[in-house]
Amino acid sequence: MSGPSSMRTPLERVRGLGSAHTGTSDFWRQRLTAVAMTLLIVPVIVVVIMLIGRNHAGAAQMLGSIPIAIILLLFIVASTWHMKIGMQVVFEDYIHNEKLKIACVMANNFFCVAVALASIYAILKLSSGV
Amino acid sequence: MVEFALPKNSKISGGKTWPKPTGATETREFRVYRWNPDDGKNPSVDTYYVDTHDCGPMVLDGLIWIKNHIDPTLTFRRSCREGVCGSCAMNIDGQNTLACTKSMHDVGAGGAVKVNPLPHQPVVKDLVPDLTNFYAQYASIEPWLKTTTPTPQKEWRQSHEDREKLDGLYECILCACCSTSCPSYWWNSERFLGPAALLQATRWVTDSRDEATGERLDNLEDPFRLYRCHTIMNCAKACPKGLNPSEAIAELKFKMVERQI
Repeated sequence: MSGPSSMRTPLERVRGLGSAHTGTSDFWRQRLTAVAMTLLIVPVIVVVIMLIGRNHAGAAQMLGSIPIAIILLLFIVASTWHMKIGMQVVFEDYIHNEKLKIACVMANNFFCVAVALASIYAILKLSSGV
Repeated sequence: MVEFALPKNSKISGGKTWPKPTGATETREFRVYRWNPDDGKNPSVDTYYVDTHDCGPMVLDGLIWIKNHIDPTLTFRRSCREGVCGSCAMNIDGQNTLACTKSMHDVGAGGAVKVNPLPHQPVVKDLVPDLTNFYAQYASIEPWLKTTTPTPQKEWRQSHEDREKLDGLYECILCACCSTSCPSYWWNSERFLGPAALLQATRWVTDSRDEATGERLDNLEDPFRLYRCHTIMNCAKACPKGLNPSEAIAELKFKMVERQI
């Protein structure tokens, strides 16, 4: 942002670097994952309740069921994707230092991918009975 | 980071209480934001008492009465005094609205009428905000009919149905009540176009006679220009003309998705 002493015209400042021609895909994916999570949340809660009190072998046996494993995998993908976009929006809203913002967005991507992959790995490991 | 506290030189301190008008049987207290760029002091809130029997019913009438009878240095914009020009937009009792159409009986529950300039804009003096950026944003959406087809002999024709689609969009008077009530606009007013400019963008995107719809959408498709809108809906609550910029922006987002899927 330029200071008030800038000699650039107001219109030039508003136009700035121009339109990024993006944003719609993130907007759409955030709604898509939200709807997906709405559909998945009840089965996921049921699975989690059924898992209460089971030991490792019991959990592995339950996750060996293909529909249950798929439901959990879909939920992980939808929720971590949603989390990534949502957090990025928060950073873009509130952090105005460009370098710090880029660092935060990058860390957010790393974190969400790590959470997603760790969760997927755990589900696959349990469901394959290894 | 976003600044949640006012800058040091914007913090409100002190304020003068002006004497009650002599001979008035009924008065109404006004607490008005004051800031003078020339004296180097921080802003203050002055207290005035308006003789309600000698004054019209609207908040603007009260301000004009103060200017005429108590303090001629009080600075504010006004013109039409009937909700058409949008000049007297200010924050009254915590709500952005037009001083000319807001009755002083409807604010403050009989207590003080608190009057501040539109939030989060640079102040020129007292209740006058600097709307340079706001107007430039309006200019940036190119609010005029754009066509490639040679201009017809008579006029650009439009069906009644297509004309009706502009209802709720064309009535905007650019008072800036909506944009300055929007938290997204507060945090990112340099990059987010704000509800007023986006409502007008929708007006031109919707216009059946305009031949630059795609170009207009291209210009808006940006994480900051458009997608800072999180449908907070302060804009719709603030609009003194009863318009719904939030809905207009949702329409823009829908069109963005529609052309991709």
